[in-house]
This record gives sequence, structure tokens and C-alpha cells, in this order.
Amino acid sequence: MNKTSIKDSIAFKNREGNEKIFKYIFLSAALISVISVIAIIVFVFGKGIRPFFGDDAYSFTNFITGLRWAPSDNEFGIFYMIAGSLLSTLGAIVLGVPVGLLTAVYIAELAPKKIEAILRPAIELLAGIPSVIFGVFGLGIIVPIIKDISPQQSGQSMLAVILVLTMMILPTIISLSLSSIRAIPKSYKDASYGLGASKIQTIFKCILPAAKSGILAAVVLGIGRAIGETTAVMMVAGNNSGGIPLSIWDKTRPLTSNVAMEMGYASGQHQELLFSTGVVLFIFIMVINYVLIKITSKVGSEGEKR
Amino acid sequence: MNNNSKFSVEDLDLFYGDFQALKKINMEIQEKEITALIGPSGCGKSTFLKTLNRMNDLVEGVTIKGKISLDGKDIFKEMDAISLRTRVGMVFQQPNPFPMSIYDNVAYGPRIHGITKKSVLDEIVERSLRQAAIWDEVKDKLKKSALAISGGQQQRLCIARTLAIEPEVILMDEPTSALDPISTLKIEDLAVELKKDYTIIMVTHNMQQAARISDKTAFFLVGEVVEFDSTENIFNNPKDIRTEEYITGRFG
Ligand SMILES: Nc1ncnc2c1ncn2[C@@H]1O[C@H](COP(=O)(O)OP(=O)(O)OP(=O)(O)O)[C@@H](O)[C@H]1O
Ligand SMILES: [Mg+2]
Repeated sequence: MNKTSIKDSIAFKNREGNEKIFKYIFLSAALISVISVIAIIVFVFGKGIRPFFGDDAYSFTNFITGLRWAPSDNEFGIFYMIAGSLLSTLGAIVLGVPVGLLTAVYIAELAPKKIEAILRPAIELLAGIPSVIFGVFGLGIIVPIIKDISPQQSGQSMLAVILVLTMMILPTIISLSLSSIRAIPKSYKDASYGLGASKIQTIFKCILPAAKSGILAAVVLGIGRAIGETTAVMMVAGNNSGGIPLSIWDKTRPLTSNVAMEMGYASGQHQELLFSTGVVLFIFIMVINYVLIKITSKVGSEGEKR
Repeated sequence: MNNNSKFSVEDLDLFYGDFQALKKINMEIQEKEITALIGPSGCGKSTFLKTLNRMNDLVEGVTIKGKISLDGKDIFKEMDAISLRTRVGMVFQQPNPFPMSIYDNVAYGPRIHGITKKSVLDEIVERSLRQAAIWDEVKDKLKKSALAISGGQQQRLCIARTLAIEPEVILMDEPTSALDPISTLKIEDLAVELKKDYTIIMVTHNMQQAARISDKTAFFLVGEVVEFDSTENIFNNPKDIRTEEYITGRFG
């Protein structure tokens, strides 16, 4: 019999060459993200630190501790924005985490299939809604309601920011907590039920503690999302030109708003100080990412012990 | 009905959906004895065991017919699952400690049942770990993660965790199948020791193990109990040819 060997095929002969080409294609694809990150860091940091050096340097202390942002008076203080960003984020976490966590537990452990079939697409849709739509909703619905009940004249306020951010971080919190709850081995639950625990006891004493690293990662990611959110918060924050928000009714000016609102027309030192604002924001995000890496690597090693 | 009967099972049928996993099981399980359940894979041993503490309630689509009573009380009609499970503890095939400290693992059950006082918990934890013959090995690392000890130690920890709720019956589903021979012997010795105070029902694939430590043996085959008798009779004098084939290893 006359067998044609598979080894004679052209594809086989070329395969080694193909492998090499593909390896480079993969590598260059992977490099694009690394290069982007490096380019952004160099560019933003480079521009952002310039105003603090040279003959007409702006005082870094005044920048970082200042309570007023008034480009026309050549005054550029961002401390009240840092405070506003952090307080709004804190508020969104305080509201969003319990709601998100309870939703995740409900879906994972309690919800009948039919309700889950409604909830999950709703949450996915919420995650997919563009930021500007949240802003429109905030401006059209939340701000007027706040205006009615607020002791101050304006409905644009830290409370409005917090409520919009809460809605926006819910999908993150829910889906990440849900997957960490779902990842818990059934054997833990069996052990708990086997010891005579009720469903609620099993949820609070066994499931949530076992899922805590994943839940923590969800919270940190939620913080990152909240602190970096721009468009929606800009629309409802009020963006005052000075003063730390002392109550939820006060206007606030998140760091992100500051950059987004003025970058379009600013020039010179004013523009560079907007980059500096971006640097501060960037540092917050890097800290958050570092914490996230620490937490998730801990999740990984716990997994190995199983 | 025998006076020392702990569990009495009458005409028990169990269905997973349409599939009948247990067929007309009748059995009297004696107090303070070790009852071994043997039989080929898939014959319903685990299913039967899980019915005794109603862990099957958690599985979707299960229907149960017939009657099981514990000390004469119907476990389905006269007891709720939670109080049943505090009287009938369970040790699983794979050691499954919680991802918490050794101490918290043992204290889990007592805490669930409302014990909060530290001194009481300390005492329960120590007593249970001693009973499970693991106290000396872990007494210096009670605050360490339970996942950081060996599989054999984890299994004895799981036994301690079960003992901490002071059950009357302990169900064990192939408790040594994941363990090395030395850990296996430790668990066997432990079971023999525990039977002074507890009724033990143990699924095992290990014929020698059943022969060594059990008082009664039930042989299961495709959902039925073929033969249930003293371990001595089952291993030396089986009445049914299928039992004989199985224990001598000539089975299919
Ligand atoms: N949750 C379930 N849903 C449907 N069928 C099941 C379920 N659990 C077990 N079964 C079926 O019931 C039968 C008995 O299963 P069981 O786990 O009780 O067997 P077993 O005797 O413990 O086997 P093994 O020795 O392999 O552990 C098997 O045919 C199995 O496929
Ligand atoms: Mg089994």
C-alpha cells in the first residue's frame, strides 16, 4: 500500500515557522497594554510634576492642602477635592457593600431559579449602562428629590454623588461576591448543616467567612470604580470652587470632575496643575490596585491549601 | 422491636427524581454498636446514611417513603431536621474542616447552638479534641488554620467537631478512604473507643475494616439490603450467595 505520510504535508513543514510568527503576534499584542500603561504614566507624571519646579513654581504644599480652586485668582488647592472624593467613595461603599453582598447571598443561596433569572440579567444590564446615563438619571431624578428635602438650596450634593456611585458599584460588588460565594466548596456547607446549623446560620457563620477574601476584593474594586468615576459624578456633584463638604447636603468637587471640566480650555500652569490632579488620582488608584493584588494573591494561596 | 434499637427503619424507599436509589429497606440499628454498611459503588450506602440525618433534604427532587424512627420517634414527622442533626452527627468521606482555626472548627457547633461563654467553649473544645485522640497533636496550635494540618489529622478534627455537639449517633461515610494506613488505624481505634458512648454507623469499602471493628454489617446491592446480620455471620457464614461473592471478592 502506498501511504502518504502526514509528515510530507506542507503544513507540517511550515509549522515550526508558523509557531514562531504566532509567538511574536501574541507577544506584541501583550506588549500593547504594557506600553500604554508606561506611556500614560510617563506623560501624566511628567506633565503633572512640572508646575512644582522652576522659576514660577506653584507651591506643592498649597496645592495639596489648599481648600480653594480658583484659576482666575491663580489659586489651585485640591485638598477639599481629595476629601470630597474620599468621602463620596466611603459613602458609596457604606451603602453599596451591604446591599450588594445581601443581593449576592440571596442569588447564590436563597433565590428561586425564576427570580435569579430576572436578577442576573438586570445586574448585568446595570453594569453595562454608560456612565453618562447614570449622570442623566442622577440629574433628572435624584437631584430634584434631594433639592426638596435638603436644608440647602441645591440638590447637587455629595449625597447625590454617593447615591449615583452606589448604583454604579453595585454590579461590581454583586458579581464578584457572587462568584466568590459560588466558589465555596459544597463540603463546607454540608459540614455546617451536618452540625445542625440553619440556613441563615450557615450563610453568616460559614459561607461569608469562607468567602471573605473574595468579598474584600470586590469591595476594593468597588472603591477603585467609585474613586475613578467621572462623568456621572460631575453632573450631580455641584463642583463648588472651595470648601470641604461637611455634610451630605454640601456640594462637592471630586478630583475626576476637576480634571474633566477644565482640561478642555485650560492652558499653561493651570493645565499642568490639572495633570497634577490626575497624578494624585493615579496614586490613589495604584494604592488600591496594590491592595487588590495582595488580597487576590492571598485568595490564591488559600485555594492551594484545599 | 428490639429494646436497644437506636434507629429503626421500616420499608424505606428513596427516589432521586424518577430513579429509585433505595428499595424497601428494613433495619434495626443497635445502640452503642458499630454498624458497617458495605456494597459496591452506587448501591445506595451514602444515600441511606444521609437519610438518617436528613441531609438528603438538601438535595432537590428527593422523595422518601417509609418510616425511620430514632428512639421510637419518627424523624420526618416528629422532629425537625436541625434537632435531628444535633443528635445524629456526620463525618464525611473527604475531611472537610472549615477554613478557620482548629479551635473555631470545633467551637462551630456549640456556637451555632448558642454557647458563647469562652470558658465553656474552651472546655468543650479540649474535651472533644481529646476524645478524637488529636489533642496532643494540636494543643499548641489551636489558633492555626485547620487547613494546615495533615489529612488524617483533619479527619480526626472533623470527628472532634462532630463530638462537640454531643450527638448520640455518629454517621461516617468512608471516613478513612482518603487516608494513609496509619491514620486509618487511628480512626478505627477511635471508632472502637467511641462506641462505648455513641452509636456508630459507618460506610466502608474496606472489607477488613468492616470485619475488624463492626458489630453488625449490612450488605447493600442496587438499592436493596441483601443481608444484615452480625459481622461474624456476614463474613464467616453468609446466607446469601451474593454476599459471599462480594466479601470474597468474586463479585462482578
Ligand atoms: N443527588 C443525586 N441525584 C441523583 N442521583 C443520585 C444522587 N446521589 C446519588 N445518586 C444515585 O443514587 C445511587 C446511589 O448513590 P450513593 O451515593 O448512595 O452510592 P454509594 O453506595 O454511596 O456509592 P459509593 O460507594 O461510590 O460512594 C447511585 O446510582 C447514584 O448515581
Ligand atoms: Mg458513597
